[in-house]
Amino acid sequence: MKYEILPWLTLFLPIFSAAAITLFTLKHRNVSALISIGAIVAGFVMTLVFIGANGFQINTETAVNWLSIGQAPSGLQIDFGLKLDALSLMMMLIVTGVGGAIHIYSYGYMDEDRSKARFFAKLSLFTFSMLGIVLSNNFIEMFIFWELVGVSSYLLIGFWFEKPSAADAAKKAFFTNRLGDFGFLLGILMVWSAASSLNFAGVQDALKWSPAIAESLGTIGGLLIFCGAMGKSAQFPLHVWLPDAMEGPTPVSALIHAATMVAAGVYMLCRTLFLFNADALHVIAYIGGFTSLLAALIAVQQNDIKRIIAYSTLSQLGYMVMAVGLSGPTPAMFHLTTHAFFKALLFLAAGSVIIGMHHEQDIWQMGNLRKKMPVTFWTFLVGALALSGVPPFSGSYSKDSILAQALEQKNYLLFGVAVFVAALTAFYTFRLFFVVFFGKEKSKAASHAHESPLVMTLPLVALAVFAAIGGFIGIWNNYGSQFIAEHETLSVVQQVLEPLKNIGPMLAGLAAAAVGIFVAFSLYKNVTSDPLPAKLGGLATAMKNKFYFDELYEATFIRAHDFIATVMDVIDRWFVEGFCIGLVRGGTDFTGRALRLVQTGNLQTYAFLFVLGVAVVLYLVLGK
Amino acid sequence: MNVGLEHYLTVSFLLFALGLLGVVMRRNLLVIYMSLELMLNAANLALVSFSRFNDKLDGQVLVFFIITVAAAEVAVGLALIVALYRKRQTAHVEDLTSMKL
Repeated sequence: MKYEILPWLTLFLPIFSAAAITLFTLKHRNVSALISIGAIVAGFVMTLVFIGANGFQINTETAVNWLSIGQAPSGLQIDFGLKLDALSLMMMLIVTGVGGAIHIYSYGYMDEDRSKARFFAKLSLFTFSMLGIVLSNNFIEMFIFWELVGVSSYLLIGFWFEKPSAADAAKKAFFTNRLGDFGFLLGILMVWSAASSLNFAGVQDALKWSPAIAESLGTIGGLLIFCGAMGKSAQFPLHVWLPDAMEGPTPVSALIHAATMVAAGVYMLCRTLFLFNADALHVIAYIGGFTSLLAALIAVQQNDIKRIIAYSTLSQLGYMVMAVGLSGPTPAMFHLTTHAFFKALLFLAAGSVIIGMHHEQDIWQMGNLRKKMPVTFWTFLVGALALSGVPPFSGSYSKDSILAQALEQKNYLLFGVAVFVAALTAFYTFRLFFVVFFGKEKSKAASHAHESPLVMTLPLVALAVFAAIGGFIGIWNNYGSQFIAEHETLSVVQQVLEPLKNIGPMLAGLAAAAVGIFVAFSLYKNVTSDPLPAKLGGLATAMKNKFYFDELYEATFIRAHDFIATVMDVIDRWFVEGFCIGLVRGGTDFTGRALRLVQTGNLQTYAFLFVLGVAVVLYLVLGK
Repeated sequence: MNVGLEHYLTVSFLLFALGLLGVVMRRNLLVIYMSLELMLNAANLALVSFSRFNDKLDGQVLVFFIITVAAAEVAVGLALIVALYRKRQTAHVEDLTSMKL
């Protein structure tokens, strides 16, 4: 392996930049921004150089021992290491590449914010944590970075912490994630107790050579590990935090809650795929499918531009998780990669719209923006087409590969769900598109909207290019080399025509997209208010209210939690503090008061006791 | 009657006990102080008699030192008592209980 130092540098540059900004340049907003942008762009270049020198097909580790308990072969050995293979290298490219574009975009987006420096410090901290997840070679290291990502996500969602809604959303995201992480931690403990190793390769070997270990790990171990992914990738029933996380600045939504962090769950599933047996994979597939359907239905009736895209993210994450569950890590990672491009693009374009509209997020206040914001309009169109799965945009390739995987596994139910969700996706995406960019201006702000500066539109264009061509530039090849034993490398032309080999899913996907776009066009071309609630009635209200999941959780889990907290409070107050601690404290107090009476303050009493003491000592020494 | 070591020591013990009794029983600081001196001199007597009956001079030399130091100590102690009297207008130990909590 050549240039082994480069991945290390890529990993640690962002944390240095975060430290430098926090310690030295917090007062200089633009210097801070440039440090942070420099760190991630340098990381991107170094990743490219490393891949150029070594190719994608390497599969190595470089590690230092970080913690060692007990003797070397049997005890607990935890490395701090980097795992370098096609999977992690591609993810590095996504994190530093898409992340870099978003960093540059943030330079323009956060220009008016007085805490720009703080924003970039946190963004760098996040980049460090995310690269850590991607590169870790063992469970503990991954878990540490996993939590770091949770923390930086908390900090960034709550970036405008003076807004109560943002502070609440940050807390909600953190707690929900912690819930999933608890399961993840239990899963890690199970893996350790079953396989006596925490290194990914070590566990994989152990499972391969000894079926007994796989048996002792069972379905439960896999599902516990999946809990972590459920939290981070916002799968049902822990999906509630992601839409609220949109309270953060839009670049954060693009970077963390669309392109990278929420993908960490899917990435982790692919990394630890060897742990899951058939039953666990089944559960994973159905949870993914259900999430994608649920989120797509909710997205149809949202009116906040960022929330629509957020629910779309949920839905697409459900797709990826479903693909993993259908034993298709390659389609899942393929979709993750293209999704990172087009969803980051959609978020950044939405951010550009929001800035152009002076922080208005309701789509029914917009309209006819295609003339005022041409670059945003065209790039958004590319993103929307890619998300809807219209060929030859990247989304169609990855979505078709997932549909094909469902067919190959003969899971017709999930195939049907996926096709239906594809239609819904096209529908809500173009509902948003037509309402925002066509029709009449629905408010004054829309008539006075203006195009964003170059520093914001350039990243849009760069991402749009990849959202358009991402389907056939070799992403499939790279992931294929990771997961498929006899894998043939395809040329670009072959990749363009790849879906034609599997014509059924491709036609289904295409038809779904066409139906969705057509319905959206006929319903939403030139309307000033939403015609759908009148047609759907109660269903629309339920969709609008997110199927009342927040209310349900409020009434059940939060109530139950409050009840337990009250009981614990009583126990703590009366038993622990009143009885246990009170006894010790009261006993000491009583003894002290009793002994205090001895101190009469009378000189002669002291003298008498002193003499008595001497007499006793003399008797003891001489008397025997 | 032949006066032996035990007689001297008995006297010394009686003197010491009287002094101790004075320290513990009497209420006036000055008297307590005098009783203390009495105990000191009881010790001196014991030292001198040991010295005499052992045919060594060490004890008597030590007694000289004790008398010298006691003189200095008396000067300091009396000064303290006078100072205390001036401050509190009393030399009775019952009135001096500020060490009590």
